[in-house]
Amino acid sequence: MAHEECRHLLGALSDYVDGEAEAAICAEIERHLAECENCRVVVDTLKKTVYLYHDTVAEPSEIPAEVRQRLYKRLDLDDLLAKS
Amino acid sequence: MSDARIQVAQEPFSLEALRAGDKAEFARLVDAYSARLYRLALKMLGNPQDAEDVLQEAFLKALRHLKSFDGRSRLSTWLYRIAANEALMVLRRKHADTLSLDEPLETEDGEQEPVQIVDWCCLPEQELLSSEGRRRMDEAIERLPHSLRVVFLLRDIENLSTAETAETLGLSEVAVKTRLSRARMRLREDLSAYYSERMERMSHGA
Repeated sequence: MAHEECRHLLGALSDYVDGEAEAAICAEIERHLAECENCRVVVDTLKKTVYLYHDTVAEPSEIPAEVRQRLYKRLDLDDLLAKS
Repeated sequence: MSDARIQVAQEPFSLEALRAGDKAEFARLVDAYSARLYRLALKMLGNPQDAEDVLQEAFLKALRHLKSFDGRSRLSTWLYRIAANEALMVLRRKHADTLSLDEPLETEDGEQEPVQIVDWCCLPEQELLSSEGRRRMDEAIERLPHSLRVVFLLRDIENLSTAETAETLGLSEVAVKTRLSRARMRLREDLSAYYSERMERMSHGA
């Protein structure tokens, strides 16, 4: 990672893994990755990091029933609680 | 179909009813967004009691300010903005010494250089997403500076677009991208440290 080129591309890697980097930068990154093992590892593990976080929250989240109850109470919506 | 409804196209809530104080409609809004706002607050603050306080305050504020909601942004963006600001306020109160959202971040050259260069991608999924792995992932989020944490949560956990995140936080899109990049790079460092250690333990039969 000590190379000037690695450092120069660092800030663009997040856009790159999202497929949102500009074409010119994208080409530059790919050229660089072909010859830089360290940056390949950084890109792969960055991709995996983003994927893991996306993956863990794919499940629907619900608030605990008591939290919902207290929220309704605080908002003066208690009378609607029974119906739902 | 009223005009107010057309304004919030794709959102199945009647602004008119909400503004008129229709309780049932507000309850529908609460049920539609409470889980997401609670998750955001919980991951911002790491504490269920604080998260619940933020959730309640956010909806109380929403209720109070619905009349001045102009319908130009989406209701969801507006609610996220209220909740994110509440959560940031709690963080600021608790850690007065750390960065707030309004402070400038590092300079453009402030990118941190990767230290961990180990390819742990080949670890099996059940290893990556074990309960310990998930806990490490949560802890890594909690270690992010507030200004990076909130951007990461909105973009990568709540799945808001760059534009929506920018609008929610009152930042430019460039600032959102820069903060997201820094947040992800830090998380990558943290997870790399943990998973490479796991790999080592596995190769030693642990």
